[in-house]
Amino acid sequence: MAESRMQKPPKGYSVRTLPGFAIVAIFTLITLYAPIAILVMFSFNAGTSMAIWEGFSLRWYQQAVANEAVQDAAMRSLFLALVAASVATVAATMAAMATTRTRHFPGKTMIYALINQPLMVPEIVTAVALLIVFAAIKVWTGHTSMIYLIVAHTAFCVPFAYLPIRARLETMDLSLETAAQDLYASRWLTFRRVTLPLMWPGIVAGLMLAFVISLDDVVITEFVKSAGQETLPTYMLGQLRRVVTPEVNAISTVILLAGAILVSLFFRLTSKRG
Amino acid sequence: MIEIDKVTKTFGAGDVAFTALRDVSVTIRENEFFTLLGPSGCGKTTLLRLIAGFEPPTIGAIRLSGRDITRLPPNQRPVNTVFQNYALFPHMSVAGNIAFGLEMLGKPKDEIAKTVDEMLRLVRMEELKHRKTSEISGGQQQRVALARALAPHPEVLLLDEPLSALDLKLRKEMQIELKRLQSETGITFVFVTHDQEEALTMSDRIAVMSGGRILQIGNPREIYERPSERFVANFIGASNFLNGQLSAGSVTLEAGGTFTVEPPQGVADGKVSVLIRPEHVTVAGTGTDGAALTATVENVVYSGEATVAHLKLKTGEAIKARASNLPGASGLLETGVQVGVSVAPGAVTVLVD
Amino acid sequence: MSEQAAYRPGELEAEAQAADNRSRWMLALPAVVIITLAAAGPLMVMVVYSFLTPGDYGNVVWKFSLEGWMNTLVQRDIFDDTLIWADAHLSIFWRSFSLSLITTVLTLIFGVPTAWFIATQPPGKREFWLFLITVPFWTNLLVRTIAIQELLRSEGVINLVLLKLGIIDAPIQMMFTNFAIGFGMTYVYLPLMVLPVYAAVDKLDFRLVEAAHDLYAGRWTAFRRVILPLIKPGIIAGSILVFIPSLGAYVTPRVLGGGKNLMFGNLIELQFGQGRNWPLGAALSLMLMAAVMIALMWYVRVTSREQSDG
Repeated sequence: MAESRMQKPPKGYSVRTLPGFAIVAIFTLITLYAPIAILVMFSFNAGTSMAIWEGFSLRWYQQAVANEAVQDAAMRSLFLALVAASVATVAATMAAMATTRTRHFPGKTMIYALINQPLMVPEIVTAVALLIVFAAIKVWTGHTSMIYLIVAHTAFCVPFAYLPIRARLETMDLSLETAAQDLYASRWLTFRRVTLPLMWPGIVAGLMLAFVISLDDVVITEFVKSAGQETLPTYMLGQLRRVVTPEVNAISTVILLAGAILVSLFFRLTSKRG
Repeated sequence: MIEIDKVTKTFGAGDVAFTALRDVSVTIRENEFFTLLGPSGCGKTTLLRLIAGFEPPTIGAIRLSGRDITRLPPNQRPVNTVFQNYALFPHMSVAGNIAFGLEMLGKPKDEIAKTVDEMLRLVRMEELKHRKTSEISGGQQQRVALARALAPHPEVLLLDEPLSALDLKLRKEMQIELKRLQSETGITFVFVTHDQEEALTMSDRIAVMSGGRILQIGNPREIYERPSERFVANFIGASNFLNGQLSAGSVTLEAGGTFTVEPPQGVADGKVSVLIRPEHVTVAGTGTDGAALTATVENVVYSGEATVAHLKLKTGEAIKARASNLPGASGLLETGVQVGVSVAPGAVTVLVD
Repeated sequence: MSEQAAYRPGELEAEAQAADNRSRWMLALPAVVIITLAAAGPLMVMVVYSFLTPGDYGNVVWKFSLEGWMNTLVQRDIFDDTLIWADAHLSIFWRSFSLSLITTVLTLIFGVPTAWFIATQPPGKREFWLFLITVPFWTNLLVRTIAIQELLRSEGVINLVLLKLGIIDAPIQMMFTNFAIGFGMTYVYLPLMVLPVYAAVDKLDFRLVEAAHDLYAGRWTAFRRVILPLIKPGIIAGSILVFIPSLGAYVTPRVLGGGKNLMFGNLIELQFGQGRNWPLGAALSLMLMAAVMIALMWYVRVTSREQSDG
């Protein structure tokens, strides 16, 4: 038995290849992109079908751009993502400085658990919990502005912004800040002249990550928004109940493109060392 | 002048407590090249960090020119540090690094520019002014770190094993360079190293440390020739330790021979340990006539510039004799041969054990 | 001149330590406040709500009641007021659990070979393949679900192609089925399996595989006896990363499952919409959270045991 096995090391034998794995992998990757590709393709369809190609046209993009509800939702999404991601990034930056490069300090575990809490609980659970609390506040105060959405988005953006900032800080040489203090820099100047410039790529990465997360959110937004506060994702979710046209594909394509650009930038920022 | 006054430093508490410095007192004089020498973990770097203000002491005080600076944060102490890993700011140029301390002190722009150029000249780095610190060699980084720490003209410069990352040739160059910088600037240097040769070459005075204590303070000659303890003798240079009997200013070795000594304070007459450096021991020749000591040759090791003979005295004690090799000299001693051994006058040091 | 600095032994260190703790807490405060206000705090309020009485038009009446918790599993018979099992809920729990499990198995079947394939690429190309798998991970979940919906619809591409080829005479109803939900969740959560398995294969020492081959193991024996045990931590991490969001999935079952094929998340939503039973909704939410916590605790236990074994 052993002999027959030893006799046939095939050409190009490598322990790194397993039979069939490459085929499954290629199939998987194609399957991962095919639905998106079809969706994008039919956003340029001249007809109303999302399965029969009737020629190239930009009519659905024109229609989406002209649609006031889409304009309104898009502007709200961008505003919300910008505000929530910015606030979350500032809070996450401070929290990262508080929780890294130290041995234990009282409350560290609690702070750490709290920051990561939004990642541990299913979104739908957080969403209904926020619905309960915000509904009570809305009834009590009569106030129904965007503030609820901003606060909710900021909260779940914090752990995402925190991740790359913390990673960046942990690889940073502590002796640089010691050196700055040795050279007469106060705590604030040490932060501004040394710590901040060095952690900057992490902060930008965190900001972008938080921005994408806020832009993509459906569940929490759906439960927290007051009447007339549609974001792009909740608008689309609402549209799915009606007769769907390639207009949805056109909006989806724009969202995909924006996300892909941000993720590519994120990749460049985090993979570059130093 | 820096006074370290009865300083103790303990890290952690309870079971994991570690005492890095135990009741250390030392006064470092103005314009002195002072070296803290000891094996790793002896507390030398901790003492440096305490002087810089990166850590507070557990007990004791630190005074600079008579002023108590124990509670002063590092950015208010006129003391600068050259870090072991240099800690150059990677996002600033060479000039930016050197200017940093001056900017923090709020010096006017033209004065900063002038000092930066002066410093670059001092460390011979004028051409690399605008380079990034990641684009220069380790030796050059070392010079930038020096220039950066010297630029604000501190009262004291602390150097934490600054040469340990350099290769041997560069290290020798930098040793000379450092001495030159110290005499040109007139700044007090406190230098930390575990390299005894480096310490002996460069220092005005050396403090030998072990286990959080200072064992001996003295100039290089005193440290080398009159070590107070066996640890100091052993840590610095090669040593022979022999047993003898001290009485009335002279020692009679158990292996034979009587030598006049200057016994250190606190050593009473009676049984003592003495140190004799191998280069002060000479093999007198294959005859044993008239020699105070006789020994058997165990082993002979040739190492280029010198030859070391490992001998065994009649008491069974081992002793090494080191002789410089002269041109054309030939014929090593053969093992097993009986030889006479002589010791240079004044070469016997009584140790406090 | 040699007067001792006036402080108690260790006082300076204690002061420095206290200042450090204080500044760390100040720095962490904004994040702590935001998350307490808009994530952790509301969960506590929800615990209270689960013990209240439902209001007629939604919301609650401030009166203690265990109905919310009881209604998660049992209901009162309309005619004789006896307690009977809430079959509708039980079937939804079962669907959530089984579909999450199926999703996990499917992502394993497709994800492990994909991760292996990427990790065994030459280093230069690996970044590209990894990027390919990461992009869908960060692209909008709703958009990806819509892409699947358009594929599966009666007028969708799959049915159209099958009709054209004459394989079927009438469109197959794929939307609003358990199949659609399982397919959709496998599609959207697949990157969550690939990434941790990739990390595990990337760390694998291939000399161990060579050693197995050297000791007469065939490819499959080597895979089963050597490779699989070594990449197990990645596989467990991937499984938990897929299983947990599947269990709490809301968007994908809503879009692909329709009104009849509810999962846990949709059942919760129902109580805050047509159901008008907030205490029940709150109790169901806490149950879902507990289920997720159990899965996480299992994960922590398994991984810490693995670590102590290694």
